[in-house]
Amino acid sequence: MADSIVIIEDLVKKFEDVVALDDVSLQVAKGELFGLLGPNGAGKTTIINILCGVLKPTSGFVSINGYDVQRETRKVKEFIGVCPQETAIYPYLTGLENAELFGDLYAVDKHTFRARCNMLFERLALAKDAKRRTEKYSGGMKRRLSFILALIHDPQVIFLDEPTVGMDPQSRHVVWDFIRELKREDKTIILTTHYMEEAEELCDRVGIIDHGKMIALDPPRTLISKNDVGNLEEVFIKFTGRKIRENEWR
Amino acid sequence: MNAQRVFALIKKELRKTVRDSAVLFLIFLFPIIFVFTFSTTFGGSGGEQPVYNIGIIDMDEGNASQILLAALSDTKILNLNIYVDDQTAQNDLSQGKIQAVILIPKDFSLSLASYQAAPDDPSRWINTTLTLYLDKGSLIATQAIPPIVQQVITLITDKNVSPSPLRLETAHLVKAKEMSAFEFMAPGMFTFASIFIIFMVAQSFVQDRENGMMKRIRITPITPTEFMMGQILSYAIIALVQAALVFTMLYLLGFRPNVNLHTYAFTFFLLTVFSFSNVGFGLIVATIAKTPGAASGISFLFVLPQLFLGTFVGASLSSSVQVASRFVPSYYVTDALTSLFLRGAAITSQTVLFDLMVVSASCAAILALGVTFYAKCYKD
Repeated sequence: MADSIVIIEDLVKKFEDVVALDDVSLQVAKGELFGLLGPNGAGKTTIINILCGVLKPTSGFVSINGYDVQRETRKVKEFIGVCPQETAIYPYLTGLENAELFGDLYAVDKHTFRARCNMLFERLALAKDAKRRTEKYSGGMKRRLSFILALIHDPQVIFLDEPTVGMDPQSRHVVWDFIRELKREDKTIILTTHYMEEAEELCDRVGIIDHGKMIALDPPRTLISKNDVGNLEEVFIKFTGRKIRENEWR
Repeated sequence: MNAQRVFALIKKELRKTVRDSAVLFLIFLFPIIFVFTFSTTFGGSGGEQPVYNIGIIDMDEGNASQILLAALSDTKILNLNIYVDDQTAQNDLSQGKIQAVILIPKDFSLSLASYQAAPDDPSRWINTTLTLYLDKGSLIATQAIPPIVQQVITLITDKNVSPSPLRLETAHLVKAKEMSAFEFMAPGMFTFASIFIIFMVAQSFVQDRENGMMKRIRITPITPTEFMMGQILSYAIIALVQAALVFTMLYLLGFRPNVNLHTYAFTFFLLTVFSFSNVGFGLIVATIAKTPGAASGISFLFVLPQLFLGTFVGASLSSSVQVASRFVPSYYVTDALTSLFLRGAAITSQTVLFDLMVVSASCAAILALGVTFYAKCYKD
């Protein structure tokens, strides 16, 4: 892919004897919204952790915007934004103070911070609650704030690790609308999810990952038509013989 | 280093301290309440029979002082150190190296001889005064030494005979006696409060790791040095605020040492340095502990020895246990503050400088160890 901004080549990650990623290769183009789809424990978060430089791969190469993630980690961190799977925010700070902390950690100047903050809190429907301590927030509000913290420095590449997990439908639609808006701003987004409808709704392409292996990689429509099925869930069943969210129900 | 990032972490940590009621209680209220309760309940006594180091300045022109020195040695409680001049003896006393100084006057032999020549005729006695200087920083010394010395003087004149031409005058004794047990404990209370930072650091790091904040911060471009600097400075500020609160509390309870502003500034500086070792211990705990509950439990392993061996809590421990206290940094902080506040030692005195040196070196080493341990965790 000529204009690839994220490149993953032959990525392997082992945790002692467990192979979390097994020779994964992938390229994501600038401005693309790419979905990593798979059940819990498939290796989606491991890929995100390696991409943002907090986890070292066992072997393989990863670069973002031409920078080797392992060697030029600090440079990479400046233009990526990560919304982790866990709702990591400080409960004793207000929403605004949480955002201020992360704005400072990304060394955003005060003027830019104010503008970004106003826009993000407004878009994610948290403006009225910005000055409330987050311990008083609902689960959906916390997830939306987590989203704001990931975007406060206006990153070029955004990793959203299960961004809508545990959200009420109203919050989920607010986030989906905002993700579409980010795409219109030509941001590159890698989104992990195990919600099929989320992937179908938002993603330009999806990679289906299972047991650390990339088992399918195409636009959702192509995957559905190529496999002659009705939706992505059925694509997953066709490849693995089981439902994507089976593990959660056990 | 980016100051914006460091200040951001300091601001965050201070907000947490003020807003988290559990932390607020542990760091600020608990030490104050404990100090208040403890100081009004206990006076510090008991333990094994101690040995006191006594300085002797012998100005006697005869040989009778040797009888007195032999009798003092025979008590087995007093360890005698002979000084040739008053200045050196007073200097050692002010630094806590000895607990008392006895000044034997030059007419001591004449006085004793006059008594022995006419034990029943006081009009023929040559009266003289032995001066006893006491360590004002030791409650036990001020209470125990004068009666022992008085008893020895009585013995060398005649058993149970009174009066005698030899009079014991205790210099500063009146002043020392005015000090309450609480005032003797005051220097240790400063140290006591600071130790609780271990809990706070351990809890904070483990919680941040557990709820994913540590990972989230690592994803930002902050460097490990900026991160650690932010944390260490936060706790140094907290230690200063804590010292100010303890000082206010002690002042309100009546502790008003006769020292200048430099001494207070030095006290705050010493406590700031001491806070680094508590951050170091907290980081070691955070490396080992997997949960906040475990962090609290493991913190006790570091808090209790510092508490019992190095603060006012340890003032009444046996002499053998007091030897062990030399291995905890808190001992040297308390010792320096006792020398400054109670003994009137100067900041530049040998003992205070030695204490500062030990505190600085040990705290730097403990902090380095803590950071190294935690860095491993931070990396993985």
